[in-house]
This record gives sequence, structure tokens and C-alpha cells, in this order.
Amino acid sequence: MDFAFLFQTMKTLLAAVPMTLALFFLSIFFGGLLALLIVWMRVAKNPVVRNFAKGYIFVFRGSPLLIQMFLVFYGLGQFGFIRYSFLWPFLREPFVCAVLSLALCTGGYTAEIFRGGLRAVPAREIEAARSIGMSGFLLVRRIIGPIAFRHALPAYSTEIVMMVKSTALASLVTVWEVTGVAQRLISQTYRTMEVFLCAAAIYLVLNFLILQATALLEHRLSRHRRAAPRLP
Amino acid sequence: MWIFEVLGFGQKGWGGLLIVAALMTLCVTTVALIIGAILGTMVAAAKLSGNKFLRTLGNIYTTVFRGVPELLIIYLIYFGGSGAVTAIGRYLGYEGFLGLPSFAAGALAVGIISGAYQAEVYRGAFLAIPKGELEAAEAIGMHRGLRFRRIIAPQVLRFAIPGIGNVWQLSLKDSALVSVTGLADLMRTSQVAAGSTRQYLLFFVVGGCLYLVLTALSDRLFTGAERRANRSMPSSFSQA
Repeated sequence: MDFAFLFQTMKTLLAAVPMTLALFFLSIFFGGLLALLIVWMRVAKNPVVRNFAKGYIFVFRGSPLLIQMFLVFYGLGQFGFIRYSFLWPFLREPFVCAVLSLALCTGGYTAEIFRGGLRAVPAREIEAARSIGMSGFLLVRRIIGPIAFRHALPAYSTEIVMMVKSTALASLVTVWEVTGVAQRLISQTYRTMEVFLCAAAIYLVLNFLILQATALLEHRLSRHRRAAPRLP
Repeated sequence: MWIFEVLGFGQKGWGGLLIVAALMTLCVTTVALIIGAILGTMVAAAKLSGNKFLRTLGNIYTTVFRGVPELLIIYLIYFGGSGAVTAIGRYLGYEGFLGLPSFAAGALAVGIISGAYQAEVYRGAFLAIPKGELEAAEAIGMHRGLRFRRIIAPQVLRFAIPGIGNVWQLSLKDSALVSVTGLADLMRTSQVAAGSTRQYLLFFVVGGCLYLVLTALSDRLFTGAERRANRSMPSSFSQA
């Protein structure tokens, strides 16, 4: 094995990690906000709003992320009103397009996950809160939100790992993150296995760290479920 | 109307090609699902076996292929496979570069990924078989092969249908990434059509809609299969 080459490859790939992380954090953040909006629409009483959310979830979960990304990257520029608007300097950037499409896509998946969490909130807890006069935002903040989030966390951690992997697609709209750089190295050197191993190791470490972090969060959030520490 | 002209089946229309491309996507995904089923069964068996080495191997397989981006795995199989084929060609006396056919590389790559997910599905399904049934089969003297055929396989398949449905949907969307190897699947054809007519929005929307048709239809198919497989079960159980 050629350790000098492996070392050099690792160094080149590690330099691209900040880009992958930036794509990941921004799309998780905006995707999460979007998911909150969509899940709020999905459980609304108004049938128009509810069906819009259903349609959104169906479209973004049913079609490949790559086609959504290309639609944003190549398709948006076709509209004159977008090209001549103040948004164009942003939407022209591949990075912004990648984050936008990643966030739109994960919004659909995350909304379904959050809805699963909402359904796990026991009706009697909501009734109890209402009976002591809690309503509206306070009810969501104190009762529904925390319980739903705790129930949704295991599925949400899977979705987060999926998002780490999905950032690889940004390389196809010319964002130079880890997979894009790895692909360039492969086509330059034709040493597929070595480059693949380095890139795979980076992604595995990232996913491992993220899963550890969510497991820790889950552990902390379910503190009340464990037996009380025994007093000395 | 120009839209009907570019989307139609005439001389300038892309309709026919898009339909063929959708069939190609179905083809790649089906072959990948079969490859994944074979790999997934083996990996699930390894993970469930008493042998510690096999179990570790199975765990490594599922961790790596579920934790690494699909695109990277497709690059590995496509470039790595082509390298291997070229080396074999050189050994046989052929000089120059030989490429792995993009269909084979794509189906293999998506199949390997789907194998990792299917292994977990089969493992879960196996663990859902009541232990008493396995013991009963052993008690009346069924040997391993018969036990697998009569007790394990039918129940694993029944428990696994919803999971396989999910894996199929995942593979269908992963197959879009095979377009990077140049295979004329739905993704690639929409891309080519969009590029040559400069109607990006139109063709990506049409391509996306065709994917939606595929996912919606297969969803119905799997729901039907689930209902059919559970028709002999008590109703409260099959709805669970």
C-alpha cells in the first residue's frame, strides 16, 4: 500500500469537509423550519391547506433528490422574473441551489417524521394541559413540542444520516464537497480503491459522530424515564 | 402547441424516449432488487449466525454501505469495475481501456446498497417468527432445509413485504444516480432532453412526474401484495 498517496488523498479530501458540513447544517436547519411549517399545515383543519401539505410530501418524497436539484439549478433561471429579481445573485450560486433543494427535500421527509411524533402525544396530556387553562403556543411549547420531539428523535436521526449522504449530490451541480473532490481524484489518478476508502472513512466518521450526538440527546431527553439515582 | 411537439411521439418529440427511459429505470431497479435480495439474505444469515467472524463481517457490510453516500459507491463500482475489467483484458492480451457496461455497474452498485438495507429487513423479519414454531419444527424432526422452506421462508417473506417496499422505493430513487455513468435511464434522458431543447424546467418537471408515477404505482403494488400475503391472518393482526 502506498501510504504517501493515501496521506495526500486524505489531506485533499479533509480540506473539502467544511463544505460538506456547511451544506449539511444549513439544509438541516432550513429543512427543519420548513418541516415545522408543513407539519402544521398537514394537521390543520382546513382541507385546502392539509391537501397542499399532503401533495408537497408526496412530491418531495416520491421523486429523486437529483431531479429536484437539477430542477432548482437549471430550471429556475428560465423564469424571467427570477433572473431579473434581486434574488438572482444568490440563486445563481450552485451552493445556494444545493442547500435550497436539500432543504426542500428533507422538509418533506422530516414533516412525516414529526407527524409520527405528534401522533404519539397522548390525548390525556393535552386534555390535562387544557384543563388547567393552557392554550395555543404555550401548550405547544410545554407539552406537545417536547413529547413529540422525543418520540420523533430516533427516526429523525436516520433522516439526518440520510442528509449527510445526500450532500454528495451537490457535487453534480459543481459544489466541491468531499464526494466531488473524490470523484475528481479518481478520474485523475484511476486509483479508485484508495480514494474510495479515504472518502468512505470520512463519511463513516461523520455519521458515527452524528449518531452518537443524537443518542446522547435522546438519553438526556428521557431522563425522567430512568429510575432515580440511588441515594448514598 | 410546442409543448405537445417536444413531449409527443413525433419526429421532434421526446415522449417515446422518456417512456423507454422510465422502463430502463424500472429494469435497473428490478435487477438491483434481485441482486440486493441475494446479498441481503447472505448478510442477514451472517449477522444471525453464531459465528463471531461472520457476524462482524455482516455488521461491517451493513454499516459501510448504509453510511457511505450512494454516489460514491456508484463511482467505486463503475471506475473500480472498469479498472478490473481492463486488467483482465490486459492479462488476456487486449491493450487499452475496457469499460464496465453502465447497466451492469449501476445495477450492481444499487444492488449492493439495497442489499445492506434488505439484510436489516430480513433480519427483523426472521426475528419476528415466533420461537415456538422453530422449536416445534425441530421437535417433529424437520431438518434444516425443510425447516427453511416450510417454516422460515414463507413467514420471513410475509413479514418482510412492507420493508422490501421501502427498500424498493429507496432503490428507485437511488437508480437516478446511475445516470452519472451515462446509462440512458429516466434521469439521464430528461437531462439530455432538457439540454438539447433548452427547456430545463419542462423536462425536469416531466421526468419528476414520471418518477412520481413509478413510486405511486409501486406503492399500490406493495400494499396489495401485503394485503394478499396477510389474507390468512386474523384481521387485527394484518392491519397492525
